[in-house]
Order: sequence, then structure tokens, then C-alpha cells
Amino acid sequence: MEALLPRSLEEALALRAAHPDAVPVAGGTDLMVAVNFGRARPPVLLDLSRVQELKSWRRENGSVFVGAGMTFARIGRELGEFRPLVEAARSVGSPQIRSRATIGGNIGTASPAGDALPVLAAYGATIVVGSTRGERRQAWDAFFTGPKRTTLAPDELVLGVEWQAAAGPGSFAKVGTRNAMVIAIAGVCLQLDLGARTVRLALGSVAPTVVRAPDSEAFAADVIPWDEPERELPEEAVSEFGRLAAAAAQPIDDVRGSAAYRRHVVEVLARRELSWTLGDRRAEAC
Amino acid sequence: MDARRPEGRGLLIHTTVNGLDCEADVWPGASLLALLRDEFGLAGSKNACEQGECGSCSAWLDGELVCACLVPAVQADGAAVRTVESLGDGRRLHAVQDAFLAAGAVQCGFCTPGMVVAAVDLLERNPAPSDEAIREALAGNLCRCTGYQKILDAVHVAAAELS
Amino acid sequence: MSTTQITPTPSGVGTSARRVDGIPKVTGTYAYASDLDAENSLWAYTVRSPYASARIKGIDVSAAHRAPGVAAVLVAADIPGRKTFGLEFCDQPVLADDVVRYAGEPVAVVAAESLEEARQAASAIVVDYEPLTPVTDMEAALRPDSPRVHDFGNVLRHVHILHGDVDSPEAEVWVDGYYETGTQDQAALGPEAGLAVPGSDGGIDLYVATQWLHVDRQQIAPCLDLPEEKVRITLAGVGGAFGSREDVHMQIHASALALKTGRPVRMSYGREESFNGHVHRHPSRTWIRFGATRDGRLLAADVRLLLDGGAYASSSPAVISNASTFAPGPYEVPNVRVEGTVVYTNNPPCGAMRGFGAPQVCFAYESAMDVLATKLGIDPIELRLRNALHTGSVLPTGQVITGTAPVREVIERCVAIPMPAPEPAAGRDAISYPGGAGNVSRGESLRRGVGFAVGYKNIAYSEGFDDAAEATVTLRPTPDGPVASVRTAAVEYGQGLYTVLAQIVRTELDVEDVAVEPATTMENGSAGSTSASRQSTMSGGAVLGACAEIKRELASGPLEEPITRTYTYHHRATTELDDQGQGAPHVSFGFAAERAVVEVDEELGLVRVLQIAAVQDVGRVMNPQGATGQVEGGTAQGLGLAVLEELDLKDGIIRNASFTDYLIPTILDVPPIVTEFVEEPEPDAPYGLKGIGEMATVVATAAIVAALRDATGRTLNRAPATPEDLAGLRPPATTTGPAPVPDVPGQKAIPEYLGLGLGQQELMKARGR
Repeated sequence: MEALLPRSLEEALALRAAHPDAVPVAGGTDLMVAVNFGRARPPVLLDLSRVQELKSWRRENGSVFVGAGMTFARIGRELGEFRPLVEAARSVGSPQIRSRATIGGNIGTASPAGDALPVLAAYGATIVVGSTRGERRQAWDAFFTGPKRTTLAPDELVLGVEWQAAAGPGSFAKVGTRNAMVIAIAGVCLQLDLGARTVRLALGSVAPTVVRAPDSEAFAADVIPWDEPERELPEEAVSEFGRLAAAAAQPIDDVRGSAAYRRHVVEVLARRELSWTLGDRRAEAC
Repeated sequence: MDARRPEGRGLLIHTTVNGLDCEADVWPGASLLALLRDEFGLAGSKNACEQGECGSCSAWLDGELVCACLVPAVQADGAAVRTVESLGDGRRLHAVQDAFLAAGAVQCGFCTPGMVVAAVDLLERNPAPSDEAIREALAGNLCRCTGYQKILDAVHVAAAELS
Repeated sequence: MSTTQITPTPSGVGTSARRVDGIPKVTGTYAYASDLDAENSLWAYTVRSPYASARIKGIDVSAAHRAPGVAAVLVAADIPGRKTFGLEFCDQPVLADDVVRYAGEPVAVVAAESLEEARQAASAIVVDYEPLTPVTDMEAALRPDSPRVHDFGNVLRHVHILHGDVDSPEAEVWVDGYYETGTQDQAALGPEAGLAVPGSDGGIDLYVATQWLHVDRQQIAPCLDLPEEKVRITLAGVGGAFGSREDVHMQIHASALALKTGRPVRMSYGREESFNGHVHRHPSRTWIRFGATRDGRLLAADVRLLLDGGAYASSSPAVISNASTFAPGPYEVPNVRVEGTVVYTNNPPCGAMRGFGAPQVCFAYESAMDVLATKLGIDPIELRLRNALHTGSVLPTGQVITGTAPVREVIERCVAIPMPAPEPAAGRDAISYPGGAGNVSRGESLRRGVGFAVGYKNIAYSEGFDDAAEATVTLRPTPDGPVASVRTAAVEYGQGLYTVLAQIVRTELDVEDVAVEPATTMENGSAGSTSASRQSTMSGGAVLGACAEIKRELASGPLEEPITRTYTYHHRATTELDDQGQGAPHVSFGFAAERAVVEVDEELGLVRVLQIAAVQDVGRVMNPQGATGQVEGGTAQGLGLAVLEELDLKDGIIRNASFTDYLIPTILDVPPIVTEFVEEPEPDAPYGLKGIGEMATVVATAAIVAALRDATGRTLNRAPATPEDLAGLRPPATTTGPAPVPDVPGQKAIPEYLGLGLGQQELMKARGR
């Protein structure tokens, strides 16, 4: 095994192009598990931990860009205005994991259970990748093609993710059997856009990739009293929202949970998150 | 995981561990944990799960609390590493270490170095943590023996001592 | 490294003396078995069967021999002496020979210059398996057409207990229940590990994490074709055990490789291998029937108990007999029938885990008592008080309790512990709701529940086994005053034994400075196992006896020369069970009760345990901090079986052999535990003390599941109770009726009837095949 240690993005991209069999590693919280267990023996490691250009984020007008090298600990500390993202970051592993695991790792590994992924889907985010051939932007739903599969070419690196900041409340929740340190049995992210009057609901761990629930989104956009923030949504509408969300899930039975339970969790979390976001909106308005 | 390289090919790592400059020739797939234990003789960080689930390998890398088992050793090159062995001054225990003993928070002790490091990290950032804050900070450190009660007590004792 | 202490502590019996091994543990210098190394050492790695049942047609190790860095490769034929080992019966191959009986069974071992090279070489070993149909269900194993794990059939032991007339006509009310518990793992944080160093005399020096040095030696020596004195075992630091280290793990493998290569051999299992490399807690199925009068007096208990022992015997024969003797619970029941069976299957072997059969039956009998209380319309606590055992009670085996049995007091004090204050549903930090760090709640559908359980188990070994303990104490004069040292083969694996032994010496000999020397087989006779909640009593008794002899010596003059005395402590004799399961099989009993308060998110089925109130009958508290630590840790393990922990076995393969998917409780899962002790001194016991390690684990699972039933109204007849059970998405476990009672020659384990007791040939070859 060899290790390549680029100090700049330019160097990293050049090395990536020259070594298509190199496995990129930043925080190591996914890859090193496989290496420690003898399950992965990459011929070449491409260590991205020194590439400073990947470790920043910026906000320009309404557009946010978060570099692939941003850890969940830093996201939690620095991106406080993006509540669902911070809630997702807080739910990741432990302090030790959060100080290392990166959003770029979540994106590159593309596990259907990746904690940040429902948030990026709810934000309608665009994945930004780079290579010596230049930058490429692709909508999240085109980028993630299957469980742990993306359109990332062998000479490309994930540079980061960007989205248009939605003005409105949102939340993230994930269920695991234990009260800490769990891989999500199911995760749900809801984001309201008060300006555009749209609702975005994304589901994690219940399909081959993270998915949105368009029927529930359309339903909610229709029934939410956009002009009357103090008005509550009737219970039947909240329940219907939950039902439509669950119908969008395509879960499987596995070691962590059954398909039936996952669908049930989606229904419950979708309902709760709708009530919370509308409640938060009410609280802000009054 | 043994850091000694199998095929004779290795990387020379220069790192500072507990204030001392160190170097080692390691197999690139080795973790920082293997580096500490097998190359530098610092066996205080433990190997209970090697997948970042138990926290028994907790250490600091450039000031941040990490699971050493998940840090590729090559990333320690040029970095400053701090381990449980850095605590106390050789004659006296660190307040957290003494608090663990005073509170009865040690049984088999396998989780203890990692737990102590995580507790020190917490108190360096939050000198008077609530129970909830302690639980959240130590959520990544598993203990099978104590049921955690006395570990919580120990952190409170240490917080009082340090303030 | 010396230290100044910030708070000076008192140090004799009854005080919270600081741990004698505390400083190395907090500074990271304590040498665990996985930390050991030696000059010129090799690393070893094990090849394990991927099949639960298969014939081995051939093993080709040629590629492994040629692999870089390899020093030796061993298969069954290379084991120099006896090919099998085992705690009770030598039915387990050191390395599989012609068949494998469980997924994970060792087939070959490799020693190489580095762990990585050993792993690579291991993957180059080609084993030609012919997969066979495994039997992986404990009831299927009882069927006559079931595949046979061993040639004599799948029943390892059946215990029959009959006392009185179980179809008692005066019983006015009957309840029937069916209960299951899953396969729990000890999940000690320290992995199986050790270092084997070949001696210049052809012997071996082994440094290993284990629970009983001498029983290891007894099994290792014949396999290496060495006399026992040439197998020299020194205890290495143990990172927890809870039963997983009672059986031999890497000892014979590393020793055989060391003897073959002439070099020290290190072995340390990774977590996945650790799950596959040690025994687990027996999963159980219990059919239980209680008959009572209308005013709540128990008249009859009829229990059918079935345990899955997996592929090899380990300590299963003792587990089934223990569990069977406790099956009706800590109650006076004049008419009892218990039929308890442990079967072989092709699942991974089960053996000792904290509680040793008692937690499984406690879950069944306490669940059934709650059902009975409801049916009778009697308060569940009152029902238990009415039937509680006491000194003088007759047990289902006919044994009369001659020691203390303050069951009523344990129950009453437990329920008297103040309940936790109510918490508002809304407005908490997200992390304080069930579901914790997942942010799943703002207080929706929370239900509080309260549950209670009382239980018991025996202390020390049973059925006639004389598990004596030897200890040696030396008192030495020095210019600064006398100092003492204790030498014992007893294993300390975290529970605080060595601290208690030091406290005894301090109290008895009035000396502050007491050292506990490393435990070895070379300098000590057996102390017995650190298990069965026995060591404080047994090794404590031995140390006490040695101190008494030293005090007698001191009575005749001042201390001028060191005085050394060795004492072997025996508990009183016990008997085997006769053909009706009658006798006096146990030495003494410890009783415990717990009350659990839980909060359940009913919609999601997520749990937050709010408080456990624990009361335990311990005879005498030797070290208050150590004692509460045992209750707290034992409770946490019981909590694990209640809601989190189960090995996911499919066709005999463990699918969740990692801490990612075998979830042990984190600090966010274990609540405040309020502990009290009842100290009624046990007659004829050192300091009147009783054992402490297991009793909290015996009752915690039952108490917590009872609380979950109270919160959700669900049946919950299976532990662990998962979110799907709690949310009502999975129905209760069902059964078609009690498992059939096998036809057996008697109460003993079947291998014994076949002349295959300890020290015998391995099973297949002995039958002349």
C-alpha cells in the first residue's frame, strides 16, 4: 500500500488523475473500519486531510457552499443557522467521530444511511466535484445512483455541496435502537420555504439512496396555511402527510430493522416534523 | 492492528507525541492507534473495537478528540498527538484521573484511558458541565463494567477540583 | 510512579478503600493481555469455519507456508497431545479435524512476523468444506429426525425436579405463560488475548486473560502433551470477562505455535473475532405454569425450560441445572415440577455469562407472577411478599435454606426507595427524550411505566463440586513497620477482588501496606474460578484463614522474621441431585430486587430508563463503592438484555458481530441507579458475606420489561423487547406447546453416561469410529 499526501487541491486533483485506483480518505471514519477489519486493502491511499481548500464554507447572497473537508463538529459549531444540518451533525456518532467525519465522506461513501444526506436532499443540494478537467455540478438525485454508488468518475474528487438557503424552519430526526451512537434505522428531514411556499421532505435509510417524498410535499404545500402562520393544521392533514411520506419509502428488512418498522418510523417522524416546523413558524411569527 | 509493515515498503512518519518528537516507519494502512501502541510503546490507548464505536482509543490529534483507530497513521505526520500518557506530571495524577479513583469509576479499566481523555477534553471546553452535557460528551465511550454512574460522579468531582 | 492523593481514604473491611490497581489503570500503564509483547515475538491468527455444519474434506496449507513472514501453520494433526478440550467434557476440538460444528470454529492457526502477514497467510489456506445441513433451532434439535451435532444425539443434559404433587387440586387459579430470551454476549471491552513464550525446558510460559488459571492448565497441558507443571500460567490484565473467559480461547493455539516455532507468540482477537471466539449466554424458551389459592398463596409451579447450548458443552450442564433449580423463583411453592433441557445445536457454543441461567428463568417467573397478580386482583408486590422465601424454607430440590434469606426485607426496601420526580413532557433538551441523540421527540406519546422483579441465585459451585480456594499471606517486618502481601491464583477482572483481599489483610493484621502479587499457577494452588459470585467468599475466606494462622503465630512473640501461611478455604459440602432432582445442591443464596421506572415513546417504541432502584442481600458490604459498582454494572448488563442486546443468528451465523450492530448500553442509555444493601450476616461465611456480582443482572431484565409492559400495555414475552415489539409492530412470541421431555438415563450430562467425563478421549474417536 502506498500513501499520497497532497498539500493543495491542485496537487490532489493531479494525483487523483494519475492514480485512478487511489482511494481518497479525509476523516477515515468509514475507510479505516474496512482497513482495520482486513476488508479493504486499497493499493493507494489519497490523503486529503491537508488540502485546506476543501475545509471552508461560504455564503454568498442566498447560496451556501460547504467544502467536502468540513467535519460534522465544525458544521455543528459554524453553520448554526441551518438547523436540520446541525441536528444531523449532532446525531452523528460521538464527539470523537464528529471531529473527523466529513460531509464529503458522507457524499463520497453514499451510504443510504449517511446522516447528512437527507438534509442535502431536502435542501435540493448540488454536489460539486472536481478533476483536472475542471468542475462539475450535479443535482443530488442525479449524483447518487444506488447504495454506495455515485457518478463520481475515477479521476474526480468531491469538492463540496451547495444549495440555495431556504427561508423557513426545518428539522432532522433519525431513529436508532439506542440513545446514542446509532446508524439510522430511518432518517427524515423536512424543510419549509416560506418564500417559495414549498415543502421538501427527504427520507434516509429507507431506499437504495436518499429519496424525496414528492406526493407528501405537494400535499403539504397545498394544505399549509401560508398566509396565516398562527393557524394550526388539522390533525387529519398531518396524518395524511405522514401516510404519504411512508408510501414514498422503499425500505428493506435488515439486521437493523424491518421494512415495516422503517415505514412506520417515516410516518411518525414526518408527522412530528411537520408539527414542529409549523409550530416553530408560529412561535416566530407571534 | 500491527503497524509493522509487511512488504517492507513503508512511510516515514514524523510526529510529536506528548511533546516529544518521534518518527516511525509504518505501513500506510496502519492506524494512529497501531502507531502509538506498536511503534511508540504507548499502550495506554486501547484496541477494543477498532471501528470507532467504543472510544477506548480516544486521543487528541492537533487538539481535537479523535478515535485513534480511525486515523490513518499518515495523517499524524507533522501533527501533534496527545495521549492518556500525557496526563498528570509524573508525580501527581491529573485531577480527572484522581477523581476516577476517588469516585470508584474504575473496574476492569479497559475503557478508563479513553474515558479519562474524553472527560479531560470535556472539562477543558466546559468546566462545569451538567449531567446531560457529560452524557453527550461521553456518549462515544463504552463501558461494560460500571454502568456509568460513578463515571458521571467522577467528572463532577474533577470539575469541582479543577475550578 | 508514586502519587499524592488528594483525599486520604480509610482502608479496611467495610470501607471504600481505593483500588489497589487503580493508578496503573487511570494512567494507561496497566498491562492487559492485549498489551503484552516480547522480544522476537510472532503474531498469530486463526482460520475459522464459515459454515455452521460441514465436513472437512481437506485442508491445503501449502500457500500459507510459502506466504511472506510465516513461521508456522498448524492444523488438527499438528496438535501434539489430546485433540480436544472442554470445561466439563473434552468435546471441543482444539482445531477442527473432520467436521466443523459451528460457524466460527477454529480450523487452523498461523504465526507470522506481523499480524497483517498472519492474516494474509490465513486467507491463503484453502479448506475444502462439504456443507451439511445444520440444526439451529433448539426445539428442532429435540426432534428424532434432526441432524446430530454429536453422534450420540442432541440432548446434552436433562434435569428433572419433582417435589410434591404438581397437579395440586387445591389450586384455585392457574396462569400459563411462555417466555423467550435471546442470545446475549458478554461483550467485555478487553479482547481475548495472550502471550505464549516457549520455555528452555520444553514447557510453556503463558500470560493470558482468563477466569481460572488452574482449569486452563488442566485443559492445555494434555493438548500440548506436557505435564501440568510445565504449563506455567501467569494472569495478564483482564479487560472484563462476565463468563466469556471461563472457556479456553487462544491459550492452546498460541502455546502450540510457540512450541513449534521456538519463539514467543502473541494473539489478540479483534472485536468481530471476539464475538465469534467466546461462548455466549444461552437463549431460552420457558413454559411456566403457576397455581395458587385465591388469596395468593402459591401451591404449584410447573416449568418446562429449554436452553440452546450450541455446538460444544462448555459449562452448559451446570447452567441448565442452576436454572432449573431456580425456575419457580424465590417463593415457597410446595409442589414443583421442573423439566430443564440443554441441547446441542450448530449455533455458536453457549456457556457462562453473569447469572448463569438465573436471568432467563427470572424473566419467566417474574413475568408470570405479574400475570398471576392481575388474575387474582392482588397487588404484585403483596403477592411476592406473601410467598417470599425465608430461612428455613424448603426449595424445589428439597434443600432447606439454612443461611440467611431476607427476601421480604429486600422487596420492602426496594419499593420504599423514592420514585424519580415526574418530568414535564415538553421543553426538554432533545437528547433527554427516548431516542436521545436522534432528535426524534419533543415529548410526543410518552408513557411512564413501573416494573418490579425479585430473584436469586446461588453462590459458588454446586452439585458436590468442591471449588476450594487457596491463598498465601506473608507478613514482613521492615524498618518502617510491617508490610503484608497476598499471593493467590484468583483472577481479578475488574470487580475489585484484590482490593477486598487487601482490605481483609489490613483489618486482620492491622497493617496498611498490603501488596497483591501477580497470580500464577507456579506459586499457588487453585483459587477456583472468578465467577459464580464466589471469589470474595472463597478467596476472602482463604486470606482470612491465612491471616488467622499468622495472628496465632504473632501471639507467641514479636515479628522478627517474615511469616508466611497458606490456607485453603472450602465451602460446606453440597450434594448432587437424585433422580427426582432432590438434594442439597447449593452452598448459599443471594437475593436481589429491582424496581425500574421507564419512559416509552409509544409511537416509535423507543425507551428511556429513568431510574432503577436496586436492593441486594449481600451479608456484609466489604467495600461500599465496589459493591454499588457491581450492582450498577450488573444492572446495566441486565438492561442490555431487556432492550438492546441480542446476537442476530441466521443459520448459525452471527450477523451482528460488531459494536455497530450489537448494541451495548451507552452512558445515554443507563439511568441513575439507587442501591441499598441488606446486611444480614451469612452464618459460616467469612465476615458473614455473600457474593454480589450476579444478582443485579438476574433481576434487572425482568424489572425493566415489566416496566415496559406497564408503560405500553403490550404482552412483551420476549427479551430483548425491541422498538418493533414496543410499537406493536411485532406480535408476541408464540409456541405450539412445551418442548417434549427427552428420554434420558438420568440427571447427569449424557457424555458422562457414555464414559466421556473430563480427561477422556475426544468423542468420535472414543466410540471407535
